[in-house]
Amino acid sequence: MEGGASYGYDDPPYDSRQQAPSQSSDVGYDPNFVPDSVKTFVVHLYRHIRERNVYEIHQMYEGSFQRLSERMFRESPWPSVEAVAPYVDNDHVFCLLYREMWFRHLYARLAPTGRQRVESWDNYCSLFSVVLHGVVNMQLPNQWLWDMVDEFVYQFQSYCQYRAKLKSKTDEELQLLRQYDQAWSVYGVLNYLQALVEKSLITQILEREKEGLEQFTATDGYDYEGGSNVLKVLGYYSMVGLLRVHCLLGDYQTGLKCLAPIDINQQGVYTIVIGSHITTIYHYGFASLMLRRYGDAIKEFNKVLLYILKTKQYHQKSPQYDQILKKNEQMYALQAICLSLCPQTKLVDENVITQLKEKYNDKMLRMQRFDDEAYGLYDELFSYACPKFITPSAPIFDEPLANYNQDAYRLQLKLFLYEVKQQQLLASIRTFLKLYSTISVGKLATYMEVDEATLRTILMTYKHKTHVVDNEGKIVSNADIDFCINEDIIHVVDQKSTKNYGDYFLRQTLKFEEIISELERVKMD
Amino acid sequence: MGRETPKEQQQQVSFTVEELVAVNPYNPDILPDLENYVNEQVSSQTYSLDANLCLLRHYQFEPERMSIQIVVRILVKALMALPAPDFNLCLFLIPERVQMEEQIKMLIVLSHYLETARFHQFWDEAAKNRSILEVVPGFDQAIQAYAIHVLSLTYQKVPRPVLAERVGAGGGGPGRGHLVVLPTTEFNHPELKKNVSESVPLEHVARLFPILG
Repeated sequence: MEGGASYGYDDPPYDSRQQAPSQSSDVGYDPNFVPDSVKTFVVHLYRHIRERNVYEIHQMYEGSFQRLSERMFRESPWPSVEAVAPYVDNDHVFCLLYREMWFRHLYARLAPTGRQRVESWDNYCSLFSVVLHGVVNMQLPNQWLWDMVDEFVYQFQSYCQYRAKLKSKTDEELQLLRQYDQAWSVYGVLNYLQALVEKSLITQILEREKEGLEQFTATDGYDYEGGSNVLKVLGYYSMVGLLRVHCLLGDYQTGLKCLAPIDINQQGVYTIVIGSHITTIYHYGFASLMLRRYGDAIKEFNKVLLYILKTKQYHQKSPQYDQILKKNEQMYALQAICLSLCPQTKLVDENVITQLKEKYNDKMLRMQRFDDEAYGLYDELFSYACPKFITPSAPIFDEPLANYNQDAYRLQLKLFLYEVKQQQLLASIRTFLKLYSTISVGKLATYMEVDEATLRTILMTYKHKTHVVDNEGKIVSNADIDFCINEDIIHVVDQKSTKNYGDYFLRQTLKFEEIISELERVKMD
Repeated sequence: MGRETPKEQQQQVSFTVEELVAVNPYNPDILPDLENYVNEQVSSQTYSLDANLCLLRHYQFEPERMSIQIVVRILVKALMALPAPDFNLCLFLIPERVQMEEQIKMLIVLSHYLETARFHQFWDEAAKNRSILEVVPGFDQAIQAYAIHVLSLTYQKVPRPVLAERVGAGGGGPGRGHLVVLPTTEFNHPELKKNVSESVPLEHVARLFPILG
């Protein structure tokens, strides 16, 4: 089934990145010209970093940098690091940090050239090497550290897409690809993330924290004993980075394993920065969906969608706002898919259901019919919401040059739809089971217009597909309606027969109390 | 002291490979070790999903080093892991054009039959491809165990011929009765399911304290 290209799969991942003005027309951009405001900016930022004033660093990083970019560097890069270096004592580490921001700005506002992509890779290598050697003594805000890892993985994904589109490349660009074949190599990316995780000893830190022997989450990852938070927090965020890279490769099992040291049933350092919270749960949910652990996916999407609903107003001014909204919409689409494949009533909050119905009620009803139209809808939602899968291997430069940037996505989509097809008949079983408490195999076969042998097969498929293997190897049922067969009689078990009385009475009691206190406040003349 | 037995030597090798996968998975040099480990899993009837996924990833990174035979063996082992979704997890990592290879196409068909409980068709198709499946000892037993598993989820008591067909045992010989009673679990005996009652968390009840007090 062809699909995807029409659903904007090729668009840049973040909608907030505008149509990129070409850099060849950067008339008037002088990389060596440093406006006064930039001088002030780097001087102050450099001082704050040296003095470990995390709050001020954060204000400058989130606030001033964005404002200056908006005012002065809408369509051109910031001044080059060489021009800026004299104002900051040519400090090596500060220059690496400045360059990291420089490239991030470039990717956001302009279209990076092949050479710039390679240079950015070199900068990350230098920056991470410095951190890994344990020689930095800075404290940086969590937002910045998260952005580094997030951007690193994003640029890797972007490079794989770029590299896979060979047809329209100039000879010069092809030559660059051949020459710098180690840039953004998948081995390099994975090894840096892995090194950050290992060198930071973050898994041991989290283990010890559980036993009360260490403080990490309690201090938001910051080091109040004069040390640096950079390696630890980069190591922590790299676990999320590894989950993300593995999802891009289609290895969902290993991705979840990489995330395992982080307990997502609790608040943690991953929830401090909203971007990290969303990215973690989005990939966790997506990987669970592909592992057929629909219950897990539904639960986690529900929690984070509710969280976003309640808090998004506070992020309206933030530079991440557009990304938050985009991921929010994608997760509603994934939730719609999960609930169509695995109907549940208990796991989803009312407010989330309301939103979901507004966006997808009609489509969900049609998806549960499992006809051709339904497959088209599964295709559409999956294509809209899935990660930008990559082909990690090096390009083949033989003629004729091809574009293969969509190959990985097409494979994942195809396998996903294959799974959906296998679940085709389960919806009709569900419908019938809801009508009976017992029914003979023969009778049900007649109603479903199949022979008995086929019905037995369908019933066993239902059982197999709704009883999944969890991450500890145990069988878990996510069926909302279940049955068992004794000889020839099917006995239906309705899981949702117990109503949630306790919660209901709680809410009503509190509501009445509110009404009563309001009435008491009304003065009677 | 004496010489190590082959089994001991084998155990040492698998320990090392598992370690490699845990601490150094993104190193292209471990590819030959991972391939040897697949063969070892086959011959010693053991299984490691993590190591096999690691190898499939390396094949993804360097397609020119891929061995179709090894991939086939990994897929057969994954089929044997049913009801776990390992076979699908492996497919996610295998490029489409490789999935077009005859042997792999055949295994995909077998997987489809097993995923949709079409055991009859499965055993028929498997019989036609014995040469590929025989290479992996324990295959038949693993699939039979899976069939029993699905039957146990579904039935409390199952007619003997139905059971026999699912486990590929032909029509069923002189039975000691028509019905076979399957092991009792919470899945085929709903009354055994632990009652995860709708408990109300303490924090929620605590909201009532100001009112009650």
